[in-house]
Amino acid sequence: MRVNISKKRIRAPFIQKVEELSGQNLMVCYQCGKCSAGCPAVEEMDILPNMIIRFAQLGLKEELLKSNAIWVCASCLTCNSRCPKGINIAEVIEAIRQILLRKREDHVKVEKLTDKEKGDVPPIALISNFRKFTS
Amino acid sequence: MKLSYFPGCTLKNHAKNFEDSAICALDKLGVEVQELHRWNCCGTVFSFATDDLIHHVAPIRNLIRVKEQESDRVMTLCAMCYNTLKRANERLKNDPESLERINDFMYKEEVKYEGDVSVFHLLEFLKEEIKFENLANKVVKPIKNLKVASYYGCLLVRPKEIGFDDMENPVILDNLMEALGADPIDFPYKTECCAAYQTVDKPQIVADRTYHILTSAQEQGAEVVVVSCPLCAFNLDTRQKETVKKYPDFKNIPILYFTQILAIALGCPEESLRLDLHYIDPKPILKEKQLI
Repeated sequence: MRVNISKKRIRAPFIQKVEELSGQNLMVCYQCGKCSAGCPAVEEMDILPNMIIRFAQLGLKEELLKSNAIWVCASCLTCNSRCPKGINIAEVIEAIRQILLRKREDHVKVEKLTDKEKGDVPPIALISNFRKFTS
Repeated sequence: MKLSYFPGCTLKNHAKNFEDSAICALDKLGVEVQELHRWNCCGTVFSFATDDLIHHVAPIRNLIRVKEQESDRVMTLCAMCYNTLKRANERLKNDPESLERINDFMYKEEVKYEGDVSVFHLLEFLKEEIKFENLANKVVKPIKNLKVASYYGCLLVRPKEIGFDDMENPVILDNLMEALGADPIDFPYKTECCAAYQTVDKPQIVADRTYHILTSAQEQGAEVVVVSCPLCAFNLDTRQKETVKKYPDFKNIPILYFTQILAIALGCPEESLRLDLHYIDPKPILKEKQLI
């Protein structure tokens, strides 16, 4: 894919917000790919964890916000535990989710879940799902 | 000995087999469990966002309940509760300014939280305080000829700061199973995420993971899989229904809480195992091995 890089995009408030909410310095990533190599969810992801960091470094806001990968991540922290630079990738992904959720753009629409979907699963599943995927 | 205990939401319903078996086993070890009064939901997940203090109120409020019980530590069974309570506690212990603000949020509480409660998991207690070698001496019904794969999942071992075993190769459950007389089975998917809460809106992902995790354990010869998380238990047990539909070659395997194996070994009555709460019935294999 063709990517246009500009100082303006890299220093955009969106990226600053991602760094602030995640508490991570995105620029230390050197793209070794260990996060994606260990991630159990890559099969379902459109962009991989290392690409999420790269896109964030380059300020590709729209690509990150519309990705399905941020919703497939279950914060299992395998990426964090294997990053040789000590970046908490799961926290970066959380920050991107939070930016959407804080605009009330819920990923899971609670009112659309059927009684069966809600009734079949234990409370721990519902609460954690809503905590992660709704505002 | 008395231990303050935080059960969490699911131990009172879907995972009653986890709670009942743990309480019976601890009783056999001379430990009395004191459930916190007025406990509330731990929040189930630790809040990652740096500015999100409000979601740490729920776990910290439970630690006030521990202080009210005149205790300075609290035990959990559920891996998610363990992770959330412990992480929130560590986060605020190391950040006095945020802790002050959290206390301000809870201005109606009579007791102030000062980072003076520790959170631990039953597995740590068994290893560090009871000690596995002593536990082995208390076994009245050895778990003979049962091949047990221990599934750790994510939250007991990650992140490193709060995990109580090696992140890549945890062995605490295997060592416990061995002490009880079982044959521990190692398998490469023991710390692979089961997809957790994706089970609500993306159950097919859970079916895929369940297939890979359980098939891997079975290839190594496992006859049962033990877990310490009610969400892992649900995904690996109940979602076998979806797994079998998607993967016709998949063979069902019973999922047990490690406390159920412990309770059997220590001579607890079958009622305390609540074997009726499983989707894949563990009774046939347990009967075959003369464990029930």
